Amino acid sequence: MADLTTNFAGIRSPNPFWLASAPPTNSAYQINKAFEYGWGGAVWKTIGDPVLNVSNRYGQFQYAGNRLIAINNVELISDRPIEVNLKEIREIKKLWPDRAVIVSAMVSSNEQAWKTVVQQIEDTGADGIELNYGCPHGMSERGMGAAVGQVPEYCEMITGWVTSAASIPVIVKLTPNVTNIVPPAHAALNAGANGISLINTINSIAGVDVDNFEIFPNVGGKGSHGGYAGPAVRPIALHMLSAIASDPKYQDQPVPISGMGGVETWRDAAEFLLLGATSIQVCTAVMHYGFRIIHELCDGLSNWLDEKGATSIEQVIGGSVPRISAYGDFDLSFRTVATIDEDKCIQCNLCYVACDEGAHQCIDLTADGVRIDPAVYEGSATLQPVVREDDCVGCDLCSLVCPVENCITMVERPAKFPSVTWNELVRTRPDVTTDWDAMVAYRKEVGIEIH
Amino acid sequence: MPHQEVTLAQLQDSFSETYPRYTKNEATVEANRCLYCFDAPCITACPTSIDVPTFIRQIANDNLLGAATTILESNLIGHSCGRVCPVDELCVGACVLGAEHRPIAIGRLQRYATDHVFDTGAQVFEPAPPTGKRVAVVGAGPAGLSAAGELAKRGVHATVFERNELPGGLSTYGIVVLREPTNVSLEEVEFIKGLGVDVRTNVEVGVDVTHQELIDGYDAVIIAAGTGPVPPLGVPGEELEGVIEALPFIAATKIADKDGREGLLSIPVGNEVIVVGAGNTAVDAATVAKRLGAERVTMLYRRSRAEMTAYDFEVDFVRGEGVDIRLLTQPIEVLGENGKVTGVRCVRMRLGLPDESGRRRPEPVPGSEFVLPADQVIKAIGQEKLSALFEGFGVESISGYVKVNEELRTSNPKVFAAGDCVRLTGQALTVTAAEDGKIVARAVARQLGVAEPAPQPGATRGRFLHATVNDIRRIHG
Repeated sequence: MADLTTNFAGIRSPNPFWLASAPPTNSAYQINKAFEYGWGGAVWKTIGDPVLNVSNRYGQFQYAGNRLIAINNVELISDRPIEVNLKEIREIKKLWPDRAVIVSAMVSSNEQAWKTVVQQIEDTGADGIELNYGCPHGMSERGMGAAVGQVPEYCEMITGWVTSAASIPVIVKLTPNVTNIVPPAHAALNAGANGISLINTINSIAGVDVDNFEIFPNVGGKGSHGGYAGPAVRPIALHMLSAIASDPKYQDQPVPISGMGGVETWRDAAEFLLLGATSIQVCTAVMHYGFRIIHELCDGLSNWLDEKGATSIEQVIGGSVPRISAYGDFDLSFRTVATIDEDKCIQCNLCYVACDEGAHQCIDLTADGVRIDPAVYEGSATLQPVVREDDCVGCDLCSLVCPVENCITMVERPAKFPSVTWNELVRTRPDVTTDWDAMVAYRKEVGIEIH
Repeated sequence: MPHQEVTLAQLQDSFSETYPRYTKNEATVEANRCLYCFDAPCITACPTSIDVPTFIRQIANDNLLGAATTILESNLIGHSCGRVCPVDELCVGACVLGAEHRPIAIGRLQRYATDHVFDTGAQVFEPAPPTGKRVAVVGAGPAGLSAAGELAKRGVHATVFERNELPGGLSTYGIVVLREPTNVSLEEVEFIKGLGVDVRTNVEVGVDVTHQELIDGYDAVIIAAGTGPVPPLGVPGEELEGVIEALPFIAATKIADKDGREGLLSIPVGNEVIVVGAGNTAVDAATVAKRLGAERVTMLYRRSRAEMTAYDFEVDFVRGEGVDIRLLTQPIEVLGENGKVTGVRCVRMRLGLPDESGRRRPEPVPGSEFVLPADQVIKAIGQEKLSALFEGFGVESISGYVKVNEELRTSNPKVFAAGDCVRLTGQALTVTAAEDGKIVARAVARQLGVAEPAPQPGATRGRFLHATVNDIRRIHG
């Protein structure tokens, strides 16, 4: 069984799974229970200036009968007095010395306020501090949270105040509500952050009630943007993680990353690890199913590591980072085509309509082996989709819509022209990249046909 | 013989498992329908308390090794139970989705997970360090194997004595192939043996080894011998050629299944078959007769549907096979010519006042006798008890069952008992036998001063009991 123990900038935990700073980490009662279930660590719900909360606080995004594909919240930071939180943090750390106890903090943007809260947190014996630069609602209007995270200069300044005062590791939690996640990450690195965590929640409105025009979540007839989290945000989180993990400055000056955003299963966690995360934070899945999911998170991750022949988590962290590339460096001659296994095909014809109307018109419908036009076909044969392989551009849409396991597969075929990247073309044949006549001539020259 | 008109290919097909294995897609879709209830009623409804929502979530997450581990941790006979459990009466019947939709197909998902691990021959549990204690188990059926495996998990060495040629008890010999192919049971035995359990077949206690040798030679003895042969009908003509017992009849199909099913062609089956009895075994025998090629199969039962022990799904199934169930009908004579069965003389019954069992006593209706033609009569009217075996161990019994307390201790402090041989009340199911094995192993371990398996420290509240890295590498090639 693989070793799941995690060392994040000196913060140790028996497994990489930490509860994210959120409603599940609101109290000692919850965190104690979570640790009994086996969670490796917890980031205490953000402590800071006084707040009042509202109801309703949460809205959900449902899709095709599945609940909580994502959750939207307008809940603020901890509404419990800071002294109560500090007392409970101290008790929890004493009870659970082997678990990672990290405290999220967010105070007014002045140096003294931050230094005070750093001291208060260190006095509890907590293992680390997470700076909440991400909260997109309620706090940002008061110049905190995302209002800091969206401005790299503020981010760097405040992080500097904290790192100069703190003796325990400082983790900067980044907001995804920016066009480019890298500059705020640079700001954190410049200011000496010991770790980065991402993503916080994304600005969103959960939905609109089409009967009474109210907005979800509905607060006394009014609605507002809230923070969006859960499985639906995972691809966005993975992208932002990859943007930092592949950034040259980050690679020169790497710090551990705590990845989060829609992690619900061991497989999700494995994806974050492969893109460079050292620890994994979880919130929405716990809000949906409870702390008990930790069993399967650890079990599944451990079985996967064993299957891969890895004896520890470190061996897989960043395993996919070398593959992070960009369009300009893709091999333009790499070629795949769709193949349909007619024995498995159930003739739903979703691939046909997707290809014919949504993509590149290279799947035909056939009746008894003869291509037909469904608009005029009057026979009663069961229509069988067939790929015209020479025309297939290898877009993969058909296999994505196919409901049958292993029925449509994308198969690699020999390239039809010599390997070349766009960046190489820009360098060697700049006319081809700027002039359509040159492009057409180039295609003819190397044998690229687009039907 | 009518079945000679049935081709081997037809027999191959009609003795395949009724429900095919789920494809990955089917399993994933079904697993994702599970709500993952907290404090789920399916766990409570399972006699072995399998953590159903967790193993289903593990299937949804494509952690099949984890799913099988979750199942087998609670029930070492889980590979059989996923097929033979009357799930509608147990976990599936308790599923909250049943109220307004379709309940989760828990049995089929369980089977999907265990099949995955058994296909690969993985050993899911690490053997415990030996304690030096040794226990003899009499009978290699589900109860005996469960007890032996649970003891092995505690470092207690178990030797299982089985009088039959093959281990597995009713899973190997008695459960119709359509529900459990023979190799499933034999794979399960191999899995138990992999825990360090010694299984000795063709050894009958009282014949090949004495009761006293077991009592003297081991730290404890567990009787898990099941029940005996079918009692006589007690009617004239019973000795005629063509009157057979249900279990050997079913067993012949199980042996043929193990050996590639060609043997199905040579199992004698009548054209007009009468099955006497209406329990699970009678249903299985009727199904087997029909599938072997009998033209007409009729089950006779002297009481009404309400008193039948077969489950609704079984009755529906056998009726779907074309089997006629004649209720309130009692055989009073087997008729024959030239020493061979030609029919059964029956009398109609009606229900009178309740008897000592609380069930209404069937009484013959005067003048209602009639004859059903038959060329084969299959007896399936319960099983005799193994009183001589119990007496040999000097344990008290009640109505032919070993008398035990809630820890499954007998009147002899060194002897314990589990499974169908103690099932004075309640249903004799594979899953209750598996649970008996757990209970008796705990009691034996306590008596021998052996500690319960220690919860694993750290992250998982002792719920990780893992295959070795090499085993897992073997699984995944």
